[in-house]
Amino acid sequence: MSVPPDYLKYAHRRYGMDHDRYGWSILPRRKPVNWPGGARIALWVVPALEWFPLDMKGKPFKPPGALVTSYPDLRHYTLRDYGNRVGIFRVMEALDRSGIRASVAVNAAVAARYPSLVNACVARGWEVIGNGLDMDHLHYEGLPKHEETKLIEESLAILRRVSGQKVRGWLSPARSESFSTLDLVAAAGIDYVCDWVNDDMPYAMRTESRTIHSLPLSNDIDDYTILVQNRHSEDAYAQQVCDQFDVLYKESETQGGRVMALSLHPWVIGQPYRIGSLERALTHIMGHRDVWAATGSELLDAFAQQ
Amino acid sequence: MKRDPGLYDYLPYDRRPKIRWPDGAHVAFWLAPNIEFYELDPPKNPVRGSWPRPAPDVLGYSYRDYGNRAGFWRMVETFDRCGMRGSVSLNVAMCQHHPEVIEACAKRGWEFYSHGTYNTRYLFEMSEEQERALIQDSIDTIKQHTGQKLDGWLAPALTYTERTLDLITEMGLTYCCDLFHDDQPCPVKTARGRLVSVPYSLEMNDAIVFSANALSPRAYGDIIKRQFDRLYEEGAESGTVMCIPLHPYLVGQPYRIAAFEEALAYITGHDKVWRATGREIAAHFLTHDFDAFAKASEPVGAAP
Repeated sequence: MSVPPDYLKYAHRRYGMDHDRYGWSILPRRKPVNWPGGARIALWVVPALEWFPLDMKGKPFKPPGALVTSYPDLRHYTLRDYGNRVGIFRVMEALDRSGIRASVAVNAAVAARYPSLVNACVARGWEVIGNGLDMDHLHYEGLPKHEETKLIEESLAILRRVSGQKVRGWLSPARSESFSTLDLVAAAGIDYVCDWVNDDMPYAMRTESRTIHSLPLSNDIDDYTILVQNRHSEDAYAQQVCDQFDVLYKESETQGGRVMALSLHPWVIGQPYRIGSLERALTHIMGHRDVWAATGSELLDAFAQQ
Repeated sequence: MKRDPGLYDYLPYDRRPKIRWPDGAHVAFWLAPNIEFYELDPPKNPVRGSWPRPAPDVLGYSYRDYGNRAGFWRMVETFDRCGMRGSVSLNVAMCQHHPEVIEACAKRGWEFYSHGTYNTRYLFEMSEEQERALIQDSIDTIKQHTGQKLDGWLAPALTYTERTLDLITEMGLTYCCDLFHDDQPCPVKTARGRLVSVPYSLEMNDAIVFSANALSPRAYGDIIKRQFDRLYEEGAESGTVMCIPLHPYLVGQPYRIAAFEEALAYITGHDKVWRATGREIAAHFLTHDFDAFAKASEPVGAAP
């Protein structure tokens, strides 16, 4: 085995990024952003409603939360579905109590299977955003482009029909994209994507048809990451959410408005022994003045106007 | 393949020449931020893949990119407030991609040493010629963009050949951070020339702590303080080294930075701490201790 001779050739070694999707930009050197009403923090809560089919293939990789055992894995299938039956209602209550409307990322399969759940979200004034077809249909390079196009169009059509909303946001299942995903979702009417974790603020992305935005949905301040993957305690979860908020809040004093994103999975955070840690964190956050609980579209529109 | 890397002799901790750091410091303390550029779609190395997911690994790539756009700038401020300079473990292509980051380090008097060209180009299976070209690229790029002579080495993504440490010594570097066998600097046995191993520590490395061991930010602050307390105590007898290797994309996250700064301020609040750079530690050891350490070392017996 040897290293090919062109291994030390660097085609993209130049100023800025090694691709053309977005420009290189330094967070603290940007023009400060003003949120409506002089808010310092736009709190953006994103619960995901997911369906992991019992016959999942896990192609080209198993997404976080994938089924584990041999077929039929009733154990993990039902635990994930717990989020859609029970957990989400605890999350709704927690958010209602704090006056927070969420941007809920919905697998189209969940909307088709449980339309009343989507209706309950819409009735609360929540924004519905795309989250692919289901957790076993990942977007990845190698998926034929016409198949990916169909996947996007079909899942958005279902969501738009069930929710009656435009559906402007997109979170890819497992945050997995092909090189074409951004072009395809932009062409399908998506204005913002939530897959990229390289910033604390929105920024513009180029696609073949038009400019869309990336919104900063942290994958760290995420119940699955902290509680399931890292196996931290419920108290440690609440602590990390509050610590994230405190630093962003302090920065906003001198650097302009910031986005605080909270990524939730009702099958994780919606367990009876866990929901209290979310409520405590939200109480801490909403106890500050100048916190604007916004949907993704609201904060994007406020950002894009400046 | 060898069974023993053959890079050092045996020198037990309880029978060594004493190290005396400047001004009677107990601990030579240094911070080693890894300032990295990961490529979205790198070429394949024959033995090591780059991203866990097929390209484009949006999650992996954008997480690293966070370091340069946001995390670095937060981390720099914590260093400033604690009066610490960094010794930058640099993917040298950062000089082309993000010169603003290089400038921010340079104006603070930080050291730059090499962490390869990109963190997605690995040394495994390289020919000697390729490896020399990669090292020379680092020497030239750091000289051209920062005016500094390259002294230190931490292999990109910790990938090596059997020749790596011989080649960097021959090409004029004086220290490496690739060996984790000690809490004091040590001589490295190379084909020719003198090379110092400066303790770097994977145990204190935020990538290991957060990404591999999944500790919470506050638990990280706690182990940093425990590590320091013991090295400070032992350093009263003979100088020790404490390094905190960092990655701005990890430690620079809002929910992590405050607990880190608290631990950093704890360390720099002690008076017998030498706030050093990697180069300064290596130079001091080369001048005062290298030969004594080499002489005191015992040859390693043959493995059965």
